[in-house]
Amino acid sequence: MINNILSFLIFLPIILSIPILFFKAGKDKLIKTYTIAVTIVVFILSIILYFGFDASKSDFQFVEKVQWVTDFNIFYFLGVDGISLLLILLTTLIFPVTILAVWNSITTRTKEFYFLLLILEGSLIGVFLSLDLILFYVFWELILIPMYFIIGIWGGKNKYYATVKFFLYTMFGSLLMLVAIIWLANYATPMIGKFTTDYTELRKVSIFMPLNIQMWMFIFFGLSFAIKVPMFPFHTWLPDAHTEAPTAGSVILAAVLLKMGTYGLLRFSIGLFPLTFVRFAVPIAILGVIGIIYGALLCIAQKDMKKLVAYSSVSHMGFIVLALAGMTVESVQGGLIQMVNHGLSTGALFLFVGFIYDRRHTREIADYGGLTKIIPIFASLFLVVCLSSIGLPGLNGFVGEFMILAGSFASPNLHNNIYTILGTIGIVLSAVYLLWMYQRVMLGPVENEANRNVPDLNKREIISIIPILLFIVWIGVYPNTFLSKSEASVKRVIENVEAAKKNILNIY
Amino acid sequence: MVNYFFLITLLPLIGFLVNGIFGYKIKNEKVAGIIGSGTILGSFIIALIAFFQLLGMPAEQRTITVTLFQWITAGSFNISAAYLIDPLSVVMSLIITGVGFLIHVYSIGYMHGDRGFARFFAFLNLFIFAMLNLVLGDNFLLMFLGWEGVGLCSYLLIGFWYEKKFTGDAANKAFWVNRIGDLGFMIAMFYILVNFGSLNFGAVFGAAGSSIAPGSTLITVITILLFVGATGKSAQIPLFIWLPDAMAGPTPVSALIHAATMVTAGVYMVARCSILFALAPFTMDLILAIGALTAFFAATIAVTQNDIKKILAYSTVSQLGFMFMALGAGAFSTGIFHVTTHAFFKALMFLGAGSVIHSMHEEQDVMNMGGLKNKMKVTFLTFLMGGIAISGIPPFSGFFSKDEILTNVYLSGNYLFFGLGVLTAFMTAFYIFRLIGLTFYGNPRYDEHKTHPHESPKVMTIPLIILAVLSVIGGFIGLPHIVGPNLIDHFLEPVFASARTILPVHHIEAGTEIMLIVISVFVAVVGIFLAYRAYAKAYKPEVSRNPVYNFVQNKYKVDEFYNAVIVTPLRMLSNLLYKFFDLIVIDGIVNGSGKFFTSLSGDWRKMQTGVIQDYAVISVAGIIAIIIFVLLVVK
Repeated sequence: MINNILSFLIFLPIILSIPILFFKAGKDKLIKTYTIAVTIVVFILSIILYFGFDASKSDFQFVEKVQWVTDFNIFYFLGVDGISLLLILLTTLIFPVTILAVWNSITTRTKEFYFLLLILEGSLIGVFLSLDLILFYVFWELILIPMYFIIGIWGGKNKYYATVKFFLYTMFGSLLMLVAIIWLANYATPMIGKFTTDYTELRKVSIFMPLNIQMWMFIFFGLSFAIKVPMFPFHTWLPDAHTEAPTAGSVILAAVLLKMGTYGLLRFSIGLFPLTFVRFAVPIAILGVIGIIYGALLCIAQKDMKKLVAYSSVSHMGFIVLALAGMTVESVQGGLIQMVNHGLSTGALFLFVGFIYDRRHTREIADYGGLTKIIPIFASLFLVVCLSSIGLPGLNGFVGEFMILAGSFASPNLHNNIYTILGTIGIVLSAVYLLWMYQRVMLGPVENEANRNVPDLNKREIISIIPILLFIVWIGVYPNTFLSKSEASVKRVIENVEAAKKNILNIY
Repeated sequence: MVNYFFLITLLPLIGFLVNGIFGYKIKNEKVAGIIGSGTILGSFIIALIAFFQLLGMPAEQRTITVTLFQWITAGSFNISAAYLIDPLSVVMSLIITGVGFLIHVYSIGYMHGDRGFARFFAFLNLFIFAMLNLVLGDNFLLMFLGWEGVGLCSYLLIGFWYEKKFTGDAANKAFWVNRIGDLGFMIAMFYILVNFGSLNFGAVFGAAGSSIAPGSTLITVITILLFVGATGKSAQIPLFIWLPDAMAGPTPVSALIHAATMVTAGVYMVARCSILFALAPFTMDLILAIGALTAFFAATIAVTQNDIKKILAYSTVSQLGFMFMALGAGAFSTGIFHVTTHAFFKALMFLGAGSVIHSMHEEQDVMNMGGLKNKMKVTFLTFLMGGIAISGIPPFSGFFSKDEILTNVYLSGNYLFFGLGVLTAFMTAFYIFRLIGLTFYGNPRYDEHKTHPHESPKVMTIPLIILAVLSVIGGFIGLPHIVGPNLIDHFLEPVFASARTILPVHHIEAGTEIMLIVISVFVAVVGIFLAYRAYAKAYKPEVSRNPVYNFVQNKYKVDEFYNAVIVTPLRMLSNLLYKFFDLIVIDGIVNGSGKFFTSLSGDWRKMQTGVIQDYAVISVAGIIAIIIFVLLVVK
């Protein structure tokens, strides 16, 4: 089994989603128990993968490669390295946590909901493990389907507007990516000697393509990733999708789906077109910094808690974009750990907004105030999560932000530390918008009588959030557990970039 | 020797976890209080052991490094969680745990009956944990962990009584203003890391001392950025505005965090980096100027305030200014000396004020007090000791440290700032005895039928007595040359040795020294005399119509200024960006392009045959068309 563990990770949830359809309608508890059991098994599998992974190697491990479309040399090609390993762990952790946390939130069409969740999990893992571009594209597109229904069926008031926007926007990006994939494989055919979409083959030759061709391919790939991240100015689908999605959808969207964008940038944009990435490092860094500051400023203007958290994602993802643009081992390592951090912290923020929404059915900040007195456990745990998102030293967010900023400060690719210095403004602003929200919701006197009888977190909700809190502290205190796993792979990416820079000097 | 020194920080952390997680189950206040105070006593004892162990070593070798684990490792970063035990960190640790322990004990009485009793002790312990990391960390990043950690505890404790509206405002203000300062610290760390390849104190200071030219741009930039961090944490101009508001927290918090320990973190940081600052003369001058101005302006505000805690808060800002004057004049050990004596007498006065507020049923306005000296004898006498100490009357502790600061500023040749310092010393004596006069002397100005002031319980007065004793005799650890040995200066010498080789050496003649002592005693006596004459009698409060006085009493309208130039524009910008730029411009373009295609499809809907194969053909054709376009045109 260990040899095919990657296939198990992907297809276990997908195949085991089918029995849900044959459960009797109305047996909600059974369906939920079954689903969470499957996701826990998948999580255990990913732990096995973690321990089986050799951190000293930078190559892909547990590789599975089978001819898929023989004529075009398209492969069923899976492999894991330190970069994807961490994202797999994040994904498999978030699913059971979310399912437990929102246990009673979904009351209609339960069967379909949990069926779609499992499909979603399998395809997300597929995205992070695929090493064939067409396979990657298939999983990338597959995700749209469950996500479309999750928002469209179980969403809020404006769900149709939000789903259509989400679908069309991301679809637009992916089609460009498909064009780029075919174009790349086609262009590489004479260089390799055959048409293939094997990532490991293509990246050997892609750096030798003419720079203007590379540039267009880079843009086509990059646009779809930029939309997914989302980078400024492609971010406007995000607040709508987040606000309308049910809690589980928002959590998974923020925690995992956005990482597809940054993962794509790291794996494919940098991996295939390192030189072009270097050429565009400065504009990308600028977009990242704009995202940091702009997203944070918009948070200050929000009156809806969920929208606030959504815009905070724009700001936090900006740090990761800056990390990638910096392209030093330190900044990219920081960016990678920050992908995990953002998944944990923002995922948890959405869970807390969901907890309170389930109780009061409003997300307006102005409807609250003084909740600490009524729900003290919620108040303390929520504060910990806010502080983690603010980047308080000792918690996870700080480690990522510090490494990103320190790593990009002297990046040879950015030539100037002004981007980093401007980026630090985001650190002040995150404290402003999150603590201000916390104050308006949790502190002060209870002014709205409707809040008097809100119950505190129950045992199930506390248990669901504990794993996230555990990792929030763990990564803050001892990040090396995770950094050490990805160090070799990240180093290799950076070495490839440096080697490509030297090569180009030799050519011209 | 065994490295059990990590227990210094571990004990408060355990106290925090026990009271924080199980606090709601601990119904007995005594248990929570004993856990909270006991852990700090334990830390204090271990710090004492460390102190004596250092004393037993040759002066130059007095450093012990305790490495716990590698914190962050990535690429060229290698940052460890390690503690540095040397004379400077031991002195600071003793103050933090010693004064901290007394304040914990006092809090058992002060917080009696509060709903959040265990929570309070949990936060206090967390604070001690963070503060000890700040002073014991052997690298900038661990110091920064403590630095932001104490800021968090300050936030939590200012907002401790969260049901009141203004505590949340004050807590947020403290956190935000501190974060602005922290940015300076953080960017300084980036510069240090990039230029010295490490954040470890030993490595950075060694490299700086041997390879950096004095006055170079790099070192000036780094030190100014670090100092920006210090102005936030230690409430100096322009970031002092949060400290007076921080008085919204319970009074023991004001004593511990906002007087004795946390606010001195900036002083500690500059002293710790003495070699870097010594290499940057411009920054040193800046620190001296900012310190002197802060000391002066805060003292003028203190003279006009009527809230007993606000007077003490501005007094703290002013005294911190004195400490920075010492640093700016190159007298690092003198700065730490004043940190020590100030911790004694200011903690004492805050706790005394707490005792007064407690017995007056939360009354804080000195205009509504008066005549309390016979009703609360211990509180009065101990407060008086603190008052004499801060005024600078020999042989009370404040005299020695303040006189040493003024002497050093005088020797550095900055006579303007020396004059400002003397003036501030005069005002200090005046405002503190104005407070004492209005509170303890004269006629009762409260409703004697409703309020019956009484002495506080022993658990509160005993800490007052101990702190009073320390305020009286604490100065003997730093005697002037003509009187005797300066023990603290001598003990700290190895830490500042390399900085001292760079800074100019001043020799002082006995005559000058006597003259300076006479001046500082004289202004203190005059200040006390004037205040005593004006306020230690039956007093009738009146509202001033003097516009200058009112302007000063309104704190020079600095808060209003910041609101007008920073807070309001920031909110307006946020709203404008959101409502106009994001929703109308960006989203308008997105939805506009969507609409464009929708209208096109109106004409093209005839192509919708409903046959899947048709769609497939069209899709493929479209993709091929794009590819052809790309291949032909883009190339």
